[in-house]
Amino acid sequence: MTSDNPKPWEEGTPVPLYVITGGEGTSAKAFDLVTLIATRAEPEPSMQPEQASILTMCAYPLSVAEVSAYLSLPFSVVTVLLSQLVDDERVEAIAPVPVAAFPDRGLLEAVIHGLRRL
Amino acid sequence: MDYGDSDTLRAGPRVPDLLLPHGARGVKVVVVGGFGVGKTTMVGAVSEIQPLTTEERMTQAGVGIDHNPGVSGKNTTTVAMDFGRISINEELILYLFGTPGQERFWFLWNGIFEGALGAVVLVDTRRIEVCFEVITRLEDRRVPFVVAVNTFPEAPQYPLPELRTALALSDSVPLVTCDARDRASCRDALLSLMVYLCTLAAQETA
Repeated sequence: MTSDNPKPWEEGTPVPLYVITGGEGTSAKAFDLVTLIATRAEPEPSMQPEQASILTMCAYPLSVAEVSAYLSLPFSVVTVLLSQLVDDERVEAIAPVPVAAFPDRGLLEAVIHGLRRL
Repeated sequence: MDYGDSDTLRAGPRVPDLLLPHGARGVKVVVVGGFGVGKTTMVGAVSEIQPLTTEERMTQAGVGIDHNPGVSGKNTTTVAMDFGRISINEELILYLFGTPGQERFWFLWNGIFEGALGAVVLVDTRRIEVCFEVITRLEDRRVPFVVAVNTFPEAPQYPLPELRTALALSDSVPLVTCDARDRASCRDALLSLMVYLCTLAAQETA
């Protein structure tokens, strides 16, 4: 998802994460709030704690929004962490159902069916 | 700063909140409305998980300009959003996002509406004027929406046709009443959005 991003991470700029949030060249565009993240590798001791936490919590898939909520980190900071994990093939990012100008009728009917069972 | 304490960091979903099937995909609906109109209540009423909060830092004019390490720019605003989740079936997870109270920030976070199925505009009849800007912005962005009037017991009750006129809603946009505390009522508001989307899709293919 992120491999075509020209500047996924600027090496050698040890700035706090919250600065990266407002900076340019983050990978935020590659992730939607409801992109699902599924772990594909075990956490390693050498990893950043936040990234290790992501691998642990996404053993069952979770949306980027949920990861952001559980880590108490802003969405765009989480997408930077996730970009690295995707590049390293430690997580898989499952894109949301594409919604065109008018969503697919089958999709809508599935949602209607599901809501009626609530 | 942005780091939670170690307890927060280790925390993940509670076990009952874990069980999303592998192979599922996400889709989202946005609930918009003024401060205190009941967006989070609505999200919580239909969600299968306790509503969670995600946030984003919004820089208004200073995007890409402020590079002062250690100082978050004065143009930065944190926008928090509550959300919940409904597993529709094994392949489809519906996320419901309640946008924040300060309406001028809703539309800065492009990712909120991008790719959303549509929106529910929640209205408090005591503060109808809050919705005008929202409705205009949704129309500008071509985000399909329905309007749900949250029936606060203490709020004045108006006939729906009067409200439609007051909101300057076109006849085609569904206008429903809804009790944001009630699961079935919120479900019905969401259903009215889905049925409306079906109608729009049918018109498009006709």
